[in-house]
Amino acid sequence: MSERAAAGIRIERVVKIFGDVGITALNEVSLDIAPGEFVSILGPSGCGKSTLLRCVAGLDTPSKGQIVVGGVPVSAPPEHLGIVFQRDALLEWRSVIDNLLLPIEFRGGDSRAVRPHAKALLRMVGLEGFEDRYPSQLSGGMRQRVAICRALVDDPMLLLMDEPFGALDALTRDQLNIELQRLWLANRKTVLFVTHSITEAIFLADRVVVFSPRPGSIADVIHVDLPRPRKLAVRTSELFHGYAGRIRTLFEGMGLLKEDE
Amino acid sequence: MNRQSLQGVAITTMTLIVFGLIWEAGVSYFGVKPIVLPPPSAILRELFSELPWYLGHAWFTLIVTLGGFALAVVIGVALAVLIVESKLLEKTIYTVIVGLNSVPKVAIAPLFVIWMGTGAEPKLAIAFLIAVFAIVIDTVLGLKSVPADILDLGRALRGSRSMMLWRIRFPCALPSLFAGMKVAISLALVGAIVGEFVSSQRGLGYVILSAQGTFDTARVFAAVFLLAILGMLLFAAIVRIERWALPWHASQKDYSPSA
Ligand SMILES: Nc1ncnc2c1ncn2[C@@H]1O[C@H](COP(=O)(O)OP(=O)(O)O)[C@@H](O)[C@H]1O
Ligand SMILES: [Mg+2]
Repeated sequence: MSERAAAGIRIERVVKIFGDVGITALNEVSLDIAPGEFVSILGPSGCGKSTLLRCVAGLDTPSKGQIVVGGVPVSAPPEHLGIVFQRDALLEWRSVIDNLLLPIEFRGGDSRAVRPHAKALLRMVGLEGFEDRYPSQLSGGMRQRVAICRALVDDPMLLLMDEPFGALDALTRDQLNIELQRLWLANRKTVLFVTHSITEAIFLADRVVVFSPRPGSIADVIHVDLPRPRKLAVRTSELFHGYAGRIRTLFEGMGLLKEDE
Repeated sequence: MNRQSLQGVAITTMTLIVFGLIWEAGVSYFGVKPIVLPPPSAILRELFSELPWYLGHAWFTLIVTLGGFALAVVIGVALAVLIVESKLLEKTIYTVIVGLNSVPKVAIAPLFVIWMGTGAEPKLAIAFLIAVFAIVIDTVLGLKSVPADILDLGRALRGSRSMMLWRIRFPCALPSLFAGMKVAISLALVGAIVGEFVSSQRGLGYVILSAQGTFDTARVFAAVFLLAILGMLLFAAIVRIERWALPWHASQKDYSPSA
């Protein structure tokens, strides 16, 4: 597989108003993401995280401002994009391997040539031997692993993930955090990762972008300076607690977290 | 055949035998006239005394049913695709189709005889007409039932319209299409019989109608019996094809001989 260079993202003063209902989902959001960077977007639900991701993916258009991916202004879905949704969006009628090959088919590639690479990806997430299963025969965690492999199979410049582990149990979620880190270290794609878990956001990211409640805007950006590969145990380190504390203080300031007196 | 379906067949057979025995006993106990309700033994005797003749007529009905059904599937799916692909067609054709569906098709069957004569064509046309609505409506439903996430995925992959249709929408609609086909196959059989009622010299519908003229109740029942078997076999065939075509589909266990 030829390595495709990761793309940078420039988000410039993006405003998104859902006209028909008059909801301002994003208010003047600006953010620069370097090629190969892993950025978590963290915020309460309804603050516009998905909307921002959809705008980057070209699935929605900003009302004002613009987004540039890999030097090209986004007006339709950018080329070489990988995307993962909260619900895995697997095609039930296709086997695991055929789900993986969907992006290749859609882009007119040679799926036979990509097969070995697809299998290698599955091996990296412990799904060797599951190639010919149907999604309905897999657990939630396995399905989401397949969805991630599918997003990576065509060597994207950019990986967008919208709460991909939000529907999984805590153990599976931890496991998938480790696997995602492994995949990212092997490929160094630019990743925009939406979550509402503080721990997950810090564990995975180079930077955590904290959103304020609606209308969504950036409250703070936290650089995570933890060496990689990170082990789950890093979450009990003092440095980690420091980051989490800062974020919690931010949320308290927004009135999202209130202690009993 | 696996153990479960073998068990199913055994239970159905037992039920039918017990039902037949009660019928037989009831008819002789209450002294019901054969012209009103013949005993099963008389019906079977009638059937087997002229089996080739009966099978010939059943064959005609079967061919008409299958022809009407096949036409309904091909044209129904094509219409559904057009309707889903075009807002204009959805507002025009689909509205008309939904409206027409409430017209009792049986009422316009004689028209087809006027238009097409008394051969197999008008029967085929009626079978088609009665069956096609179920196909169109269920397929449209299926084509529109694609989860939003999956449509977004297709768009993010910059899928062309035909990619979206044939790789995403259509396969996603298959379970719904098969649900429509299970209804349509029974309706096509009804259509074939209606066509034969209106005017025919062949088919089980003709057998029933002509036997009615001579008050040959046993013959009517023999034909009805064959129709029931035909209906069940056709329905079972669709279920079989569905299992084979949609091995991934979880809800395949809804086998019920409702034909
Ligand atoms: N298509 C839409 N039409 C109208 N309002 C929308 C639409 N999508 C999202 N919204 C609104 O925009 C706000 C942000 O939504 P979203 O981006 O999904 O939040 P998050 O992903 O952070 O939970 C919410 O108040 C939501 O109701
Ligand atoms: Mg969301």
